[in-house]
Amino acid sequence: MEAFRKNESENLRANREGLKGWLNPTRYGWERLSYWLMRLTGLFLLLYFVGHVYETSSLVGGIDAWNSMLALTQTPGGHLFLILVIGTSTFHSANGIRLILAETARGLGKPGRPDYPYDAVSLNNRQRSGIWIALVLAAAAMFYGGSILFGGE
Amino acid sequence: MVYESCKGYGSETWIPLNKKTAGNDHQTVHDEGKQNVLLRVLRGDMFKKTKRSFSTFSVPVRRWTTVLDALIYAKEHSDSSIAIRFSCRMASCGSCGMIINGIPRLACYTKISELGYDTVTCEPLPNFPVIRDLVTDFQQFFNHHRHMEPYIENQYPVPREEALSEFKQTPRDIDNYLQFSYCIKCGLCYSACPTVATDTKFPGPQALSQAYRYSADNRDDAEKKRLDIVDNRHGIWRCHFAGSCSAVCPKGVDPALGIQLLRSHLMSISKTPKTLADLRKIDDDKD
Amino acid sequence: MVSGNIQNANSTFLRESTVMKIHYITGLGALFVVAVHVMMRLVVPFSTSLEYENVINNYRILWYALLLEIILVLISIHGFNGLRIMLIELRQNAMWEKFVTIFTLAAMLAVIGYGTRTIIIANGL
Repeated sequence: MEAFRKNESENLRANREGLKGWLNPTRYGWERLSYWLMRLTGLFLLLYFVGHVYETSSLVGGIDAWNSMLALTQTPGGHLFLILVIGTSTFHSANGIRLILAETARGLGKPGRPDYPYDAVSLNNRQRSGIWIALVLAAAAMFYGGSILFGGE
Repeated sequence: MVYESCKGYGSETWIPLNKKTAGNDHQTVHDEGKQNVLLRVLRGDMFKKTKRSFSTFSVPVRRWTTVLDALIYAKEHSDSSIAIRFSCRMASCGSCGMIINGIPRLACYTKISELGYDTVTCEPLPNFPVIRDLVTDFQQFFNHHRHMEPYIENQYPVPREEALSEFKQTPRDIDNYLQFSYCIKCGLCYSACPTVATDTKFPGPQALSQAYRYSADNRDDAEKKRLDIVDNRHGIWRCHFAGSCSAVCPKGVDPALGIQLLRSHLMSISKTPKTLADLRKIDDDKD
Repeated sequence: MVSGNIQNANSTFLRESTVMKIHYITGLGALFVVAVHVMMRLVVPFSTSLEYENVINNYRILWYALLLEIILVLISIHGFNGLRIMLIELRQNAMWEKFVTIFTLAAMLAVIGYGTRTIIIANGL
């Protein structure tokens, strides 16, 4: 046993699930799914944001530069990408508000005396409805965005 | 329903299992009245550095057979070299945590009939170094726990002799921390946590909820010290409320709740009621 | 024995609780200003809202240019801090943590700088 523990720093990472620990959202319920979506939407939105700052910088190049940059986004693919941005930002915002409240212990319930079957009070319907509302709002926003972008107004 | 006696495992009747089957060619429990399940155990030895592989055993089960019962049966009848750790067999000692069909569970607390599969796969808990087969090393886990100063601290000595009475707590005082004190340190939450999966310095749900358990106890006055311990780059803020810890906890400790409550104290959004030490200090100041 | 792997002291410039409070506040703040930013597309007919003249006219309004700058700063802080959180959870050694902190800070400042340049120039056009 001592030999096993001798090189503790080597053992620190032994048998850790690693990235696949958070990349797999399927095993532990809605909260884990929300954690997964929150991260992915966050990463996606950061990429979009950097791209958007770059894209709008073409303004300083005059009308031609702006129009040629705009032409890249005014395609069905560009519209689909924008619909995804609308959906992810809506989910990230709504779920973010839920998380700020939850992480300051709002809407989690109170500690008590657990009894069989030992369901966790923090994984309650208030939290789950928060996740569902975020998902529904994202879907509605995507639908609305899609109807405007593809509606030919 | 088919009832059949079993040789070598008592004379009680068999009770058929659920119909669901895992994706393999093993016969379901309903086929020709067979009542055996396939037990797959991930084997491997860190000392010999052997490559890990599954051993499979056919194990007879009854409605109340737990995964631990099945493992002990396989150890007794098929392969005595299976390494498992267990003690109380009643979800009190926290020794037999393992991944059962993909989810961290206590083997003694998981009935095979309730799993609903005719294949039961047992793997060692992830995020813990494996010693052998299903036995993992809890040293890092306990180090994180110990680092939270999991004991009642009280800076102010009892000033008067008559105050040397027992600490009185109302039921409400107890409710603040009781559920967190039910932690049996089985490590299931630690293995389910997505942050622990990559962050070796993150204390994990167990240690953080214990930091809350002692801070919420009004006999303790070391909350500030513990908040200082958890308020760092790899501390409490690396919890993102994925809730997996609370989903797998077999004792209803709800570590996620403890962590969020501790975080609300850290952000000064809510405070614990005055501790007994505070009250005593106020009394002293009056005198 | 307490393992040397456990982070003991708070040796960072800002306490993590301060950083995370900033994360929450910038997130909430960004939500409101981005809402105004999106609504601005609905002030003029949607199909013409992205025409060069309309966009430049928006940039010339001082309060709108300031709003864009606020959005730029808030989202940069929130976004790159989020990235820092994800990266810092991946590996734990002093070099990686230093790299992540410097990289995310530098990227944040670069994006703010680049965006500010656009806002200032477009405001003067």
